Amino acid sequence: MTEARVIVVSSPRATAAPVQRGQTLRIHVLRHNPADAASIPHLQTFEVEQSDGMTLFMALGEIREKQDPSLQFDFVCRAGICGSCAMVVNGRPTLACRTLTRDVGPEITLAPLPFFELIGDLSVDTGKWMRSLSERLEAWCHVEEEKLDLGRIEAPMDPDLADRIFELDRCIECGCCVAACGTARMRKDFVGAIGINKIARFRLDPRDTRSDADFYELIGDDDGIFGCMSLLGCEDVCPKNLPLQTQIAFIRRKMVREGMS
Amino acid sequence: MNVFYTDVLVIGGGLAGLRMAVAAKRRGHDTVILSLVPPKRSHSKAAQGGMQASLGNVVKGQGDNEDVHFEDTVRGSDWGADQDVVRMFVNTAPKAVRELAAWGVPWSRVRKGDRQVVINGQKVTITERHEAHGLVAQRDFGGTKKWRTCFVADATGHAMLQAVGDQVIAASIPVLERTEALALIHDGGRCHGAVVRDLVTGELSAYVAKATALATGGAGRLYRVTTNAVICEGIGMAIALETGIATLGNMEAVQFHPTPIFPAGILLTEGCRGDGGLLLDADQHRFMPDYEPEKKELASRDVVSRRMEEHIRKGKGVKSRFGEHLWLDIRLLGEAHIRHNLREVWDICHYFVGLDPVKDLIPVRPAQHYTMGGVRTNHTGESPTLKGLFAAGETACWDMHGFNRLGGNSVAETVVAGMIVGEYIADFCDRAENDVAIPIGVVREFVRREQAGLDAIATGAGGEDASALKARMQEIMSRNVGIFRTGKDLEQAVDELQTLLVKSRRIGLRSGAPGANPELVTAYRTKKMLKLALCVAHGALMRTESRGAHYREDHPARNDAKWLSRTLASWSGDATLPTLRYEALDVTKMELPPGWRGYGAKDYTDHPDTAARQAEVETTKAKIDDRFARQRALMPYEHLLPESLRGRNERIDERFPAPAISPSDALPESEFSWESE
Repeated sequence: MTEARVIVVSSPRATAAPVQRGQTLRIHVLRHNPADAASIPHLQTFEVEQSDGMTLFMALGEIREKQDPSLQFDFVCRAGICGSCAMVVNGRPTLACRTLTRDVGPEITLAPLPFFELIGDLSVDTGKWMRSLSERLEAWCHVEEEKLDLGRIEAPMDPDLADRIFELDRCIECGCCVAACGTARMRKDFVGAIGINKIARFRLDPRDTRSDADFYELIGDDDGIFGCMSLLGCEDVCPKNLPLQTQIAFIRRKMVREGMS
Repeated sequence: MNVFYTDVLVIGGGLAGLRMAVAAKRRGHDTVILSLVPPKRSHSKAAQGGMQASLGNVVKGQGDNEDVHFEDTVRGSDWGADQDVVRMFVNTAPKAVRELAAWGVPWSRVRKGDRQVVINGQKVTITERHEAHGLVAQRDFGGTKKWRTCFVADATGHAMLQAVGDQVIAASIPVLERTEALALIHDGGRCHGAVVRDLVTGELSAYVAKATALATGGAGRLYRVTTNAVICEGIGMAIALETGIATLGNMEAVQFHPTPIFPAGILLTEGCRGDGGLLLDADQHRFMPDYEPEKKELASRDVVSRRMEEHIRKGKGVKSRFGEHLWLDIRLLGEAHIRHNLREVWDICHYFVGLDPVKDLIPVRPAQHYTMGGVRTNHTGESPTLKGLFAAGETACWDMHGFNRLGGNSVAETVVAGMIVGEYIADFCDRAENDVAIPIGVVREFVRREQAGLDAIATGAGGEDASALKARMQEIMSRNVGIFRTGKDLEQAVDELQTLLVKSRRIGLRSGAPGANPELVTAYRTKKMLKLALCVAHGALMRTESRGAHYREDHPARNDAKWLSRTLASWSGDATLPTLRYEALDVTKMELPPGWRGYGAKDYTDHPDTAARQAEVETTKAKIDDRFARQRALMPYEHLLPESLRGRNERIDERFPAPAISPSDALPESEFSWESE
C-alpha cells in the first residue's frame, strides 16, 4: 500500500540535522519568464544566511529585496491559510510560507507547481484553473433562495454535521493535490482530489438541494471519480490534512451505486 | 488602448467586494471584479475567531440584541463612530449570518445540555437550552457584554470567503485576477472607473463604469510588524486620495492586536482569550486583572495592547534574542478544545514556532492589525465629494468603528456593508442620469498619464531603491506612530516621511524584466504608501488628545470638547503633506452620548452638549418601555437602510408571531446520523 502511494519521491525534510543559524543556505530556483522571448528555463542558485525561525517566505523575500528584484513568486497571507504559495520544495508540493528553511536545507531546490499554467519562476496560475473547476462542478451550495427570510431564526443543523462539513470545507485550493496527482498528469481534464472533495462537501450539506443523480452527471466519468487511479499522492501532500483518501473511496462507492441504479 | 465598459466596477475581491458584486448583479447590473489575487486568497480569509451578530442563541448570549451590540460598538469606538451607521450595522448583522448560513457556511452550532467552559481562569459548567440545539453558536470576545461572536472553529473568514466566493461563481460574475487599479478615472466631481494594470503582462487598460466600488482592505503594510497579508498595502485608499477630491477619514486610528505570535506577527485569534486564555508575564503572573479588574483580558483591543506594552515597559516582559514579549496561556482550555475550536492556532504554533499550545506557553506581542480609517463615505457607501465612487469594508470609513473596533466586528462589517452598499450601488445604476457619459479623450488622458508615470520609473535614471524606502517607512511607522505616541516622535516621523516621499520621486529600477516586473510594482506602490503613511502620522500629530487606539502620552485624556470630530485628509498634486479638515460629530443627535467606556481610563473632558443630551436621553428612556419605540424616539435610523434589509430580527427570546420553523420540531436526530452501509 505505501509503495503504491509514493509518487513524490523525496521528502521535504532532506536532512536529519536541522540547519544552524549563520549557516549558508543554497537555494536553487527553477527560473523562467514566459513573457520574455529570450528566457530559457534554468536553475539559478542563491545563497542566504540561515536565521532563527526563517521560512521560505522570508528567504525568498530577502533574495528579491537584496539579490534579484525580478524573481517571481506568490505569497499573500504568509500564515499557511490562503494557499497562494504552493510550490515544489525538494521534489514535494507544499506551502512555502510555513516551511522552515532549517528543516529542508542547507541545499533547497524550488520549482513551480507542475500542471498549472506558469506565470513566471515560482508563480503559477492556480486561480484560473480553480475557477473553471468550480464552474464545471457547479461547486456552490444550490440554495432555494425564495424560501429565505433573513429576519427569521436560521434553520437548525446537527452540530456534528456542521463540524463534518467544515472538515471538508477547509480546502484552501492551493493545488498541491493536483500537482502530486498521477491521473492529472495523464488526463488534463481530471477534476483531482480537490474536485472530488468539493462534491463530497456539497453532497454532505443538507442545504444543497442536489441529489446523487445530479452529482453523477458532474463526476460520474473518467475525468471525474472513475479516473482516479488511487495513487493517493494527494492524501500525502495535502497541507490541511483533508481526508481525501476516504472521500475518494466514499464518493466512488456512491457514484457506482448511482450509475448502476 | 483597451477600454472596457461595465455597469459596476468592484475593485477588490475580498468579502466586501464579492458581496457588493453579488448584490449589484442580482439587481441586473453587469459587474466586474478586479482582484490582486484569486479572490479566495484575499485577506478576509485571515479573520479567525468570528463575526459579531446578536443572535443570542447560546445561554451566555441570552438577552443580547441590537441595542446591546450597538452600545458595545459605540463604547468600543470611544464615541468616534457614526451612530446611525452602527445602528444600520447591528440590525443587519443577524441577517448576514443567516444569509451565510443558507449559502453553506458551516457555522459551529449549539449543542444542548451541559458543557464545560473556562471563564476568568475557572472551569465552569453551563447548560445550553434545548430550543437552541442546532442553531448558530456564539463565543465570547473582548469589549462585549454578551457572547455574540458567531464562528466556524477558528477559520471563520475562510468559511465565509468560500461561501461568498462560490456565490460569485454561481452568479457568473467575472473576476479579473492579478489586476491592479492604478488610478481612478474622474471628471468634474464624478468617478468613471479606473486605469488597470495586468499584473501578468504589465499592460494597462481602462475600465469605464457607472459605479466604481473600492473594497481593497486595509493598509497594515505601512508598518514593519503587522498581522496583515502582504497585499494589504492600502493602494485602494491611495488612489482615492490621489483624486484630490475624495477624502480619507480618521487615518490616525490604527488598531494593534494584542496577541500576534512573536516575532513573526502572525495573528492568533481573540478567540484564544474569549474562550478563556490568559496573558502572563515573565514571572508567569496573570497581570491583566491588576490593570483592568472588570474586563481583564477581555477589555477592548486598544486597552489590552496598551496595558501589555505598559507592563513590558515596567520590566515584566520575557527577554528573548528578538526582543521582549509576553505569554499567552491557553493550556487550561484543554487539548480537545484547542484541537477542535482553535486548530488554526495550533497549526500556527506548530509550523512557525515549533511549540504545542496544549502544553506550552505562546510568545505574543501586540502588532498592527486594522485600519479603522479609510475612504470617507456617507451611510450609502458613496463618497460625499466624488460622485459614483463607493467604498466598503476596511477600505472605507462610513464610519462604524471610530477610533477602535471590536473584535468580530470587521468581518461582520465586510458582509453587512457589502449587502447595504451593494443595494445602494444598484439604486445608483438604476437611475438614468447616472449612465456612462464620458468623452473617450478623458479616459485616454488618464491611461496616458499612468503609462507615462510607469515609464518614468522604468526608464528614468533615478537612484533611489524602492525596497529600501519602503523598509525605512515601515520602520518609522512601527517606531514612531505605534501604540504610544508623542508630539516629538510624530514630528520626527512626519519630517522623515516627507523626505522619503520626495526621494520616492527619483526611484530607479535594477531590473527591466518584461511582464509582471515585481520591482516596478514595489516602486509604484511605495510612492502611494508614503502618502498614506503621512496621512496617518500627520493626523496623529495634529490630534492632541487620546481616543481609542490613538494614544498620545503627551495628551493622555479623551477631549470631547475639542476633538469629538472626524479627521478628513485630502491630497493635492505635488504636496508633501495632506490637507486636514475636521468634521464634528453631533452630540445632540446621539443615541448614546459620550461617557466612560466601562474599561480603560476614566478621565475625559466632556463636550458642552453632552450633559443636556444625556438628560434628554434619560427622560425618553424613562417614558418609553418598548425597546423599539424607545430607540426610534432617540435616534430614528431605519429609513437609512435599503428597503429590502429593514425589519426586525427573530430570536429564541423574541419570537415572531408565527415562527416559520420550530427548531425542536425541525430536527429529528435520526436524520443526521452518519450514513451507514
